[in-house]
Amino acid sequence: MNVMRLRSPKAVVSTLASILALALGAVVLTAWMNVRDGEPLDARQSPAIPTSDMAKRGQYLARVGNCASCHTARGGLPFAGGKSLETPFGTVFTSNITPDTATGIGDWTSADFWRAMHHGRSKDGRLLYPAFPYPQYTRITRDDSDAIFVYLLSLQSVAQPNRPHALRFPFNTQAALAIWRALFFSPERFEPQKEQSEEWNRGAYLVRGLGHCQACHAPRNPFGATQSNLELSGGLIPMQNWYAPSLASPAEAGLQDWSIEAIMQLLQSGKAANGSTLGPMAAVVFSSTQYLNDGDSGAIARFLKELPRHESTQPDRKSANSDGHGLGQRLYKNQCAECHGDNGEGSGAYPSLAGNRTVTMNSSVNLVRIILSGGFAPTTRGNPRPYGMPPFGQTLSDVEVAAVATYVRNAWGNNAGAVIPLNVQKTR
Amino acid sequence: MSRLTSRSTSRLTPLTNLLATWLLVFGLPQSMALAAVPQDSMAQRVKACATCHGQEGRATNSGYFPRIAGKPAGYLYNQLINFRDGRRHNPTMTYLLAQMSDQYLQEIANHFASLELPYPPAQTTKAPQATLARGEQLVRQGDVARGVPACAACHGSAMSGLAPAIPGLLGLPHDYLLGQLGAWRNDVRRATAPDCMGEIARRLSPQDVSAVATWLSSQNVLQPVLQPVRQKVAPAGSLPTKPAMECGSGFR
Repeated sequence: MNVMRLRSPKAVVSTLASILALALGAVVLTAWMNVRDGEPLDARQSPAIPTSDMAKRGQYLARVGNCASCHTARGGLPFAGGKSLETPFGTVFTSNITPDTATGIGDWTSADFWRAMHHGRSKDGRLLYPAFPYPQYTRITRDDSDAIFVYLLSLQSVAQPNRPHALRFPFNTQAALAIWRALFFSPERFEPQKEQSEEWNRGAYLVRGLGHCQACHAPRNPFGATQSNLELSGGLIPMQNWYAPSLASPAEAGLQDWSIEAIMQLLQSGKAANGSTLGPMAAVVFSSTQYLNDGDSGAIARFLKELPRHESTQPDRKSANSDGHGLGQRLYKNQCAECHGDNGEGSGAYPSLAGNRTVTMNSSVNLVRIILSGGFAPTTRGNPRPYGMPPFGQTLSDVEVAAVATYVRNAWGNNAGAVIPLNVQKTR
Repeated sequence: MSRLTSRSTSRLTPLTNLLATWLLVFGLPQSMALAAVPQDSMAQRVKACATCHGQEGRATNSGYFPRIAGKPAGYLYNQLINFRDGRRHNPTMTYLLAQMSDQYLQEIANHFASLELPYPPAQTTKAPQATLARGEQLVRQGDVARGVPACAACHGSAMSGLAPAIPGLLGLPHDYLLGQLGAWRNDVRRATAPDCMGEIARRLSPQDVSAVATWLSSQNVLQPVLQPVRQKVAPAGSLPTKPAMECGSGFR
C-alpha cells in the first residue's frame, strides 16, 4: 500500500494499462496459437464418393490408430464411447463416435472430423482434451482422416449420450486447455525425410502419427504433456502403474539389435522368440497391431530398429544382494523355477529371466507388476492359445515379492538394483 | 538419421578366450540343463489359474475362491465372458482375460468342465438348526410367498447343475456363495438379461441369503467311491421344460 501511495495516479494508470496490454496480448497470442493452421471448414465438406473401399481402408486405419480401444467401454457397444480414462487431473470419458446424429458424429462433415484429428477441436469449436491423442494424430494425412471418417459413418448407430468429464478446477476449463495447447501443442503435417527410405518414412508416419506410440513410450511433464525431445525414450504411464519402456535404449525395449522379422512377429502376434507382451502393450497388440499388414508392420519395424540409440542411465545398485537372506532364492525355487528353469533359462513357452530386459531394466515397476498380477500374452492369429503367468499378489507378501524380484534381478549374470517392499506396496 | 554402428565383437582377447573355454568346459553343462519342455496342453496353458482356484481347478473347501473343475462348460464360458466384458467384477479375473478371444475362452471353459475330480468334504458349520432348516427349505421348495423358486428347480435335484450352462451349487465355499448372492442383490454381478438370478437374489431377505449359503456349503457332494464320479456329480439330466423364471443365460 505504501508503494502505491508514493506513486502518482498517472503512474498507477500507466502500470495498470501495461499489465492489461500484456494480459490482452497473452490472450490474443493464446487464442491465435489455438486456431493457427486452421482451414475453412467448408474446404472439403465430405469425400467425393464414399466407397466401400474407402470404408475398408478406414477400418484398417482405425485399427492402426486403436480408436475402438478407448472409444468402447468394457462390455459396451463398439465406438459408442463412455470408457473412463483416469488422468492425474481427473477422469476423462471417451465420446460416442458412431453415426448417431444426436449423440454421435452423425452430423459431422469430414472437415469437422479432420479438424478434430489435426487440430484437436470438436465440431462446435470446443478444444479437446489431449487424452484424445491429437498431439500425435495431428500428423495424419487428410486422405487417411477421410477414410476413417467414412468407416465410422458406416458403423451401426448407437444412441448413447456422452458423459461429462470429471476433471478438477482449473483443468475443467477451456481457458486452461487453451493455455496448455499454446504451450505444448502445435498442429503438424508429416513431412517425409528425403534421405530416408520410403519404408522408413512409412514407419515414421505410423509411429509418430496414428500409432501414437509416444503417448505411452515417452515421459510426461507435470502438465501431462509428452516431451518430444527424446523420442520414445520411455515413461511411466500415468495412473496405470506400468512403465512403457524406452524404445531408444537397448537396455530397455530398444529394438536396434532385433531382426526386422522378430519385431514384426512381436507386433503381429504379441510374442517373439526373445520377448512377449503383457499389460498395456498386450492390449495394444490385441486391438491394434495384430491387424497390421506385412508392409506396415515391416515399416514400423524398420523405423524402430533404426531409432537412434540413447542408453538409459545405469541403475544405482544399492544393496543389490539383499534378497532377504536367501528368501528370494527359496521362493524362486518353489514358485518360479518350474516354468522359468533352475537357472532362469526359460523354455519354449516361458521367457528366460537371465538377461531378460523387463527383469533387469532400471525401472522395476513392470517386473513387480507381472509378479503381482501375472498375465497372458494376447490371443492373436499367430499365438491363439497363449500360456499364462499366475498372479502372486494374493499369495505373496510385499517382502516376499521384493525378495524374489531382487533375486531374479541379480542371479545368473543379471545385475540390477534391489527392489524394496515399499515399491511393491506402491505398485499393488 | 545416421545408420547405427556396431562395435566389432569378433576379436577376442586371450583372457576372454580363456574364459570362453572355461565356460565351455565347466559352465555350459549346468546352464544348458533346460527345464522340462512344457506339454503342449491346455492344462499347462492355464496353470496360472491354479494359484487361486487350486490344482486342476479343484479349489479348496475353505476361503473364497470357487471350484471350477467339472462345472458345465456353458456356465464357465458365460462367466469368463462376463468377467472380460464387465458384468462380473474381480480385478484379477478381468485383467487376466482382457486380451482373450471368445474362442480361447471357450477352450478354457471346455478344459475345466472336462475335469472329473473328487470333491473335498463339505465345510462344517455352527449355524443354528433353524437357519439350516430355512436354507434347505429355500433350496428344495423355494418361497412361494416371496416368488422365490426352489434352487433345485433349475440347478437339479442333486444341486449338481445341468448342461449346458447351469452350475452346480455344492462344493463351494460359504463366503463365495454369500458374496455371489450379495453381488446379485446389489447389481454388481450380472448375467445376460433377463437376469433371473439377480431377480431371485433381490427377493431374498439378507437372512435368507445367509441361510441358503450356509446350508449349501455344509452339504457333502455325493460321490460313491467305486462309481465313476461323472455319474453322480457331473451336470446331467434334462432341463426343466418350463424354467421357473425367464433367464437370459443358463438355459442357452
